[in-house]
Amino acid sequence: MSNTVQWFAVRRALPQRQATVLTVFSFLLPLLVWALVSYVPFLWHPKVEVTQPGSVTWFKEGMLVERPVFAEQRQLALESEAEPPEGKRANPVYLPAPHEVAVAFYTAFTTEPKRKSEKWLHESLWHSITIIFWGFVLSSLVGVPLGILCGTYALFSRLNEPFIEFFRYLPAPAFGALAVAVLGIHDGPKIAIIFIGTFFQQVLIVANTTRKLDVSLVEAALTLGAKRLQLLYRVVIPGILPDLYRDQRILLGWAWTYLIVAELIGTSSGITWFITQQARYKNFDNVFAAIIMIGIIGLVCDLLLAKLGKRLFPWEQHKEQ
Amino acid sequence: MAQIELPSYLEQSEAVRARFDRLKSREVILEVDQLGKVFDSPQGPVMALRDISFKTHRREFVCVIGPSGCGKSTLIRTLAGLESPSSGRVLLDGREVTEPGPDRGMVFQGYTLFPWLTVKRNVMFGLQMSGHAQSVAEGEAMDWIELVGLGRFAESYPHQLSGGMKQRVAIARALANQPRILLMDEPFGALDAQTRGKMQANLLEIWRNIDITILFITHDLDEAIYLADRILVLKANPGEVNELIEVPVPRPRSAEQFIGPEFLATKKRLEELIHPPSDDDDSDALNMVRMTRVGDSVENGLEEIE
Repeated sequence: MSNTVQWFAVRRALPQRQATVLTVFSFLLPLLVWALVSYVPFLWHPKVEVTQPGSVTWFKEGMLVERPVFAEQRQLALESEAEPPEGKRANPVYLPAPHEVAVAFYTAFTTEPKRKSEKWLHESLWHSITIIFWGFVLSSLVGVPLGILCGTYALFSRLNEPFIEFFRYLPAPAFGALAVAVLGIHDGPKIAIIFIGTFFQQVLIVANTTRKLDVSLVEAALTLGAKRLQLLYRVVIPGILPDLYRDQRILLGWAWTYLIVAELIGTSSGITWFITQQARYKNFDNVFAAIIMIGIIGLVCDLLLAKLGKRLFPWEQHKEQ
Repeated sequence: MAQIELPSYLEQSEAVRARFDRLKSREVILEVDQLGKVFDSPQGPVMALRDISFKTHRREFVCVIGPSGCGKSTLIRTLAGLESPSSGRVLLDGREVTEPGPDRGMVFQGYTLFPWLTVKRNVMFGLQMSGHAQSVAEGEAMDWIELVGLGRFAESYPHQLSGGMKQRVAIARALANQPRILLMDEPFGALDAQTRGKMQANLLEIWRNIDITILFITHDLDEAIYLADRILVLKANPGEVNELIEVPVPRPRSAEQFIGPEFLATKKRLEELIHPPSDDDDSDALNMVRMTRVGDSVENGLEEIE
């Protein structure tokens, strides 16, 4: 009993080792499914890649055709005693195998862009990151203070939150055309979309977090002689800081989800330009590589921020265990 | 069993009477004058407190006790200035109380230390609010922390402390402002019995050594008798003063007195006031009926009540 792992204990932590193993599996399992579908022909592979056109005139080497079509052509050729086409089962072009994506991931950084005007992948990525950064920073500069005011003073809450509650239902991309008209076709409208997508949620979430601060802390401060702004600066803000930090991490994740839409507005740029361009050339291995790259940047970013949070707020650690 | 004859709780020994005479000759710190509090609720106005009047003298220890719903917490929150009275007045040193202030220190039942500040910084909080210089505040804070015996924990965060230690810091934090009166709202209510006993002894020790008046809310009769000079007994719905009892147990107090005749006599009186013997029987009998299993015969229980 003592040594067996309770895999299904309700709301209990697993031992460290088992937890780590499961974390690894959470990435390995999707990868395994992908690998199976890619490398085991009888699982899916709905197409046939022609290796030898034979007598079929419209077949070319490397061409992908539907399996029934290939079988029919091969049958016809056999019946008329002409040279039959040869081929092997393959997946559609939009599903590259893991190793192809891995290679693309590497070569994307090492191959020079085809045209001088085009950018290296890392330049595209960096451009995307700056868009996110400015959109998020500008939103936070206004949204966080406004959220704290709304959560602290009923005056601000009543004055702002009803309208913001309405506005947050308007999808940010809907403002694309307007943003281009006002801010031009370059980075301005993209940053604006990130801003619109983040700001309204941010005010409401920060206001809520502020309201969750235990009111008895404020009352204790009152009986200790704290007044007006002292309450805000010495009690409310330090009191919510760890939760505010956590909110910002979540909101930054949301900002990333607006990136692709934002970058399609005006002149296409950044990682989105790279993805759409590569999809147009049917280089889906590059498309996958770029999408995975976004995921990795987001995850690494969040992990770093989580680590930093533990150092910034040492008094919060006991809550997370 | 033989009935033990208890003295009346009104009987006071010479020494105790002399002490009360001295106490009452001292200046009045807090005066509550016909205080009333009405809350608005969806079912209409609810009267929480009605016509409460009493005085506390300098260095007196007053406990407030009463059944749940008697408005004990409302009373102390009004004294602190966290609620405003609907009628009547609260006077501190003759001046009317209108808002919270550092002249009335408060210790809450829940732990209200600022979790982002160390013990020392928590105790310094009030001093900094009143504009003391950092170094002065630090020195004074350390004195108070030493007084409650937590010198070793000055740099710890509240989450690293036990419940009893947290409340000791809360007491030090409230006292650091040198308030005229210390208001305590069931401060030991969440502690286990053993810690509670130690905290009570601690508090008496602190109270004896500094010039402070204490108003202490509790629902524990033993705690009230052990700590208080006088006990203000409230009754519920609405909260009104039932009786103001002068505790005849001599000081200094100790745990042995819990079985002394004065102690028991006072406790008997408190029991009578808080659990009047009359109308409680019905509710108990009804509970018995509810505890029988479904399908069992419950005739007896109900018939006896009727």
